[in-house]
Amino acid sequence: MLDLSQYNSLGEALRAALDRWPNEICLIEADRERENARLTYRQFKDQALPLASKLQNAGLQDGTRAAIVMTNQSKWLISAYAIFFCGGVLVPLDYKLTAVEQLQLLAHSQAKFLVIEYHLWRAITQSEQFKNLAARTVLVTEAPANADLNGAHRWEDFRAQAEPAFITRKRNDPACIVYSSGTGGRPKGCVLTHDNYLEQCVALTSLYPFWPGVRYLSILPTNHAIDFMVGFIGPFTCGATVVHLRTLRPEFIREAFTKYKITYMALVPMVLKNLERGLRQRFADLPAGKRKILNALIATNRALTRSRPHLKISRALLPQVHQAFGGQLRALFVGGAFTEPETLQFFYDLGIPVGNGYGCTEAGTVITVNDLKPFRGDTVGKPLPGMEVKIANPGAEGIGEVTVRSRTLMSHYLDDPEMTAETIVNGWLMTGDLGRLDPYGHLQLFGRKKNMIVTEEGKNVYPEDVETYFAGLPVKEFCVFAANYLWPARTMVGEQLLLVLRLETGQEITKELVTDISERNRRLLNYKRISGYLAWDRDFPLTASLKIKRAELAEQIRQNRKRSALVPL
Amino acid sequence: MNTLDKTTDEVLRLAAEHFKVQRDQLSPDDDFFKKLGINSLQALDLLTRIEQHFQIELPDYELQGVTDFRTLAQRIQTRL
Repeated sequence: MLDLSQYNSLGEALRAALDRWPNEICLIEADRERENARLTYRQFKDQALPLASKLQNAGLQDGTRAAIVMTNQSKWLISAYAIFFCGGVLVPLDYKLTAVEQLQLLAHSQAKFLVIEYHLWRAITQSEQFKNLAARTVLVTEAPANADLNGAHRWEDFRAQAEPAFITRKRNDPACIVYSSGTGGRPKGCVLTHDNYLEQCVALTSLYPFWPGVRYLSILPTNHAIDFMVGFIGPFTCGATVVHLRTLRPEFIREAFTKYKITYMALVPMVLKNLERGLRQRFADLPAGKRKILNALIATNRALTRSRPHLKISRALLPQVHQAFGGQLRALFVGGAFTEPETLQFFYDLGIPVGNGYGCTEAGTVITVNDLKPFRGDTVGKPLPGMEVKIANPGAEGIGEVTVRSRTLMSHYLDDPEMTAETIVNGWLMTGDLGRLDPYGHLQLFGRKKNMIVTEEGKNVYPEDVETYFAGLPVKEFCVFAANYLWPARTMVGEQLLLVLRLETGQEITKELVTDISERNRRLLNYKRISGYLAWDRDFPLTASLKIKRAELAEQIRQNRKRSALVPL
Repeated sequence: MNTLDKTTDEVLRLAAEHFKVQRDQLSPDDDFFKKLGINSLQALDLLTRIEQHFQIELPDYELQGVTDFRTLAQRIQTRL
């Protein structure tokens, strides 16, 4: 691995990596059975520098913001490196957002450059808000030959032969602006510095090292903090290989494991549970005798790996299971949402350790992760090296708000000093999550203090963002809450949103109103939908500027309604 | 070439088979996440079956933002 203390920016570290391992494979891009790209570090550089040169010609310089909206693929990483090379600030946006949402974040970030896939660009150009797009240079990848690009350039042709000038950045300069929420409401653009990323990378690779020959399977979106770190910066600064898979279909994920002999993979709980479901089904389909033998082998493996993983023993005891994962898998990383201990234990007992972690973009990706010494399925692991975790105002059982201090904490929220001050207090990040540190230093999570939900796909959903879809609803007032915020529950699974309705005098909940709510709900992406509604009989408490005092309203509802008053949609 | 109605009907039949429910329990405007109690990954699983049936290639992104059978059928129709 590179000694990252020697570098001041992601661009510098990546540039050194490209020269250090010219003949190692850095990227493989697979789409179903096809392989779209296979690049060595030298070939990656050969593709990135002419792009950087042209970007410089077009005015990209130090501090210029450039957004990427793409699915996982080689052009994502090539473009990101070219932007860093020019000293730009990367704005990685979620390609799963709607075109309108992407336009809102592009406007907020004031990105002057945009790199985007053709199908996503087409959706943006068809949006009514397209006229507000501020990016002055747009590069579109994989556009059909005769496509009208609405003034954008073809990424594949956007090249200049002159040697680009590498632009140096300082450690505390912004590297990325990553949106943790706020498409409809108040955008939360986390400004992360080069120092944040380089420190995080050192900490993570000290626990889960990469080296040339390691293959990381990338299926989480690269705009996601986890994949950006363990599917780009981590492997690249260690000479390892990233395998992009352009489909999330379970059968192709299974194939990729064996075809590419994957070493690590990061996933969200939903994908892990899907893998578990498939394996359990295969085990259940075995004849009784074979199943009995398998269970005995699993029990033996569990006993032999109690104190720490022993990959060789596990692979010898359960060869068929390990072969199904390619035979080289060392660990899976899971994060982004809460994973049930039973699922983690299931994989560990098969000899597949799952590095269960907890983090947030504001903290620079990962806060805690299981170090497997020994494996614990009931916690989210111990703080990463350099990460201080403290429980604020703990109750009798030691449960309180998880707060974090580290060099990896974001610098601030873009253009929002007020929210920054609420979130980082005296250098400590207030996560809004409730947890407890056990005597062994492991963090256990018990729910949330904040008004939001996280789905098992690892999506953070904020009520304020969902509310915009109900604007104009024919009622006096309405407000969206996380059910567990109104009625605290010691769980982080099965979280739901609900709509609180304040009707006009004499108004009743009619079939038409419920239909209206349901139709608006359907326009939301499925993971953002509300699960039900609740009628409320008092005016909402408001601030002087007529905003709803959410905490006060929540307290009133908590005192006067039970969870059972929720009417499901 | 199929009409949209025929494509929709075939999608409903494939979904019913794939998720082991009665065909007549499904209708074009059903929200398939809710009706079938599936997540987005399970919905993606259906795409392979659809691809084989219609002899087309449907990238994952074609399912993005789609929640009902009729819209899914429209996406397929444009690729037939």
